[in-house]
Amino acid sequence: MARSTSNSTATSASGLVAALYRPLPSHVRPVVKALVYGLGVVPGFYALYLGLTDQLGADPVKTLERILGLWSLRFLVIGLAITPLRRFGGPNLVRYRRAIGLLAFFYAVAHVTVYVWLDQALMFEPIVKDIIKRPFITVGMLAFLILVPLAITSNNAMIKRVGGAVWQKLHKLVYVACAAAALHFTMLIKSWSFEPALYAALVVALLGWRAVDAFNKRRARGASSTF
Amino acid sequence: MVTDNPDRLRYADVTPRSVYLSRRELMISGASGLAAAVAMPGRAGAAGLSAAASSFSTSEPQTRKQDATTYNNFYEFGTDKADPSRNSGSFKPTPWTLEIGGLVAKPVTLSLDDVMKAAALEERIYRLRCVEAWSMVIPWIGIPLSALLAKVEPLGSAKYVALETIVRPSEMPGQKGLFQPLPWPYVEGLRIDEARHPLTIMALGMYGEVLPNQNGAPMRLVVPWKYGFKSIKSIVKISFTEMPPPTSWNISAPREYGFYSNVNPEIDHPRWSQATERRIGEGSGLTAKRRPTLMFNGYAEQVASLYSGMDLKANY
Repeated sequence: MARSTSNSTATSASGLVAALYRPLPSHVRPVVKALVYGLGVVPGFYALYLGLTDQLGADPVKTLERILGLWSLRFLVIGLAITPLRRFGGPNLVRYRRAIGLLAFFYAVAHVTVYVWLDQALMFEPIVKDIIKRPFITVGMLAFLILVPLAITSNNAMIKRVGGAVWQKLHKLVYVACAAAALHFTMLIKSWSFEPALYAALVVALLGWRAVDAFNKRRARGASSTF
Repeated sequence: MVTDNPDRLRYADVTPRSVYLSRRELMISGASGLAAAVAMPGRAGAAGLSAAASSFSTSEPQTRKQDATTYNNFYEFGTDKADPSRNSGSFKPTPWTLEIGGLVAKPVTLSLDDVMKAAALEERIYRLRCVEAWSMVIPWIGIPLSALLAKVEPLGSAKYVALETIVRPSEMPGQKGLFQPLPWPYVEGLRIDEARHPLTIMALGMYGEVLPNQNGAPMRLVVPWKYGFKSIKSIVKISFTEMPPPTSWNISAPREYGFYSNVNPEIDHPRWSQATERRIGEGSGLTAKRRPTLMFNGYAEQVASLYSGMDLKANY
């Protein structure tokens, strides 16, 4: 009896884990996706609410700008982590990657909007000067500009129009955007501190893994064609 | 967040003292005999400071005390601008000793009380411009630094003054751990004529009270025409030197921070423009506007002559 009890516990536990890996039924998927979008924008709107009610401290514009930029970087890192997570035996979340990427873009747009509108008060000349003269803003703007075509092509119609192979290549640009975004964060801090270093390390690890993986695959392919 | 009332935050409006202040037993009566002295509560308000008004003060609206004491840089307590107020609770600013030495005839070691009594306390309401392009207006209380420097008879060879912050990792969390943003101690320096300039003060209080830990207790420099990082906090040592002394941010990034670091809207920091600044608390919340930064932070009339004939672009 005791034996069968422990058996059934084990089964239900492993069943739960297995459920994580099983693709969701098609009628549930849209709900989960909507949930990802819905929850994803919460930190941004909450920060805006705090800003409008004077709860963002002494320099609310700067703080809001930072929060939005940081969430953009966070979603970029999450997006980068989806493939390695699956490859290392984790659940396959690739179906949600579009949502994650678009959330990163949403925060990037909000971040740039706060910079241009609230921080710089739409003064065109200082903004252009900033972008040209300040390396950290140049790099940040580069990351943002890369995300624009990726966001525009993030729908099925565009994938069809551009063609799968080209689309795949185009979207590899997200690696450059991630590196630029992490660099942007590191460069704007006056000295070494933990948070930018953490994000830089995560991006280096996630991109580094891809580089090694691609190298190994190419070698394996080379080896099989020789023999 | 409205700050358009210049009469805000007078002594009468001082909010109840926070817990850490009440622990301190500082009774100061340095300003005795001054006509304009503002009377402060006695024993119960032990942290209060009375000071004479000064003609150097600006009449611009003052920054909220809440903002000036919770949003600042003091890397010894962490690199976030909320860290100093959050992490400075266990710092003990008393007892304190200040050494003044180097190229002098008679070096001295002063207690906090000695410093308080070195000259009559004055309230100086100064603009403060951070190198990060934000600014505040803060009512400091202090004494001219020159009054302290006069105690030691500097030698003829002395041309600069070096200042040093305390190193106390047990009470300053930013000074321990894996990520140390700067080498300690934090060091700063001035040319002697800058150090003796009447605008340069050793601040002992702000907003009618002794300095809170997060703002550099128990004594800090205030040099209002230079970027904020020149106004070194929690000072334990002043030395006269012949050569320009090393300064922390200059060591850390020489291209970004020069020895002089005078506020100058025409010389950009490599990472941000210095042409404009955001006055903390001005406007309301998210609609805070930028304002143009003034040469020498608006103190050109008093200090420009210190630099006449100098290339300010080369000596940034």
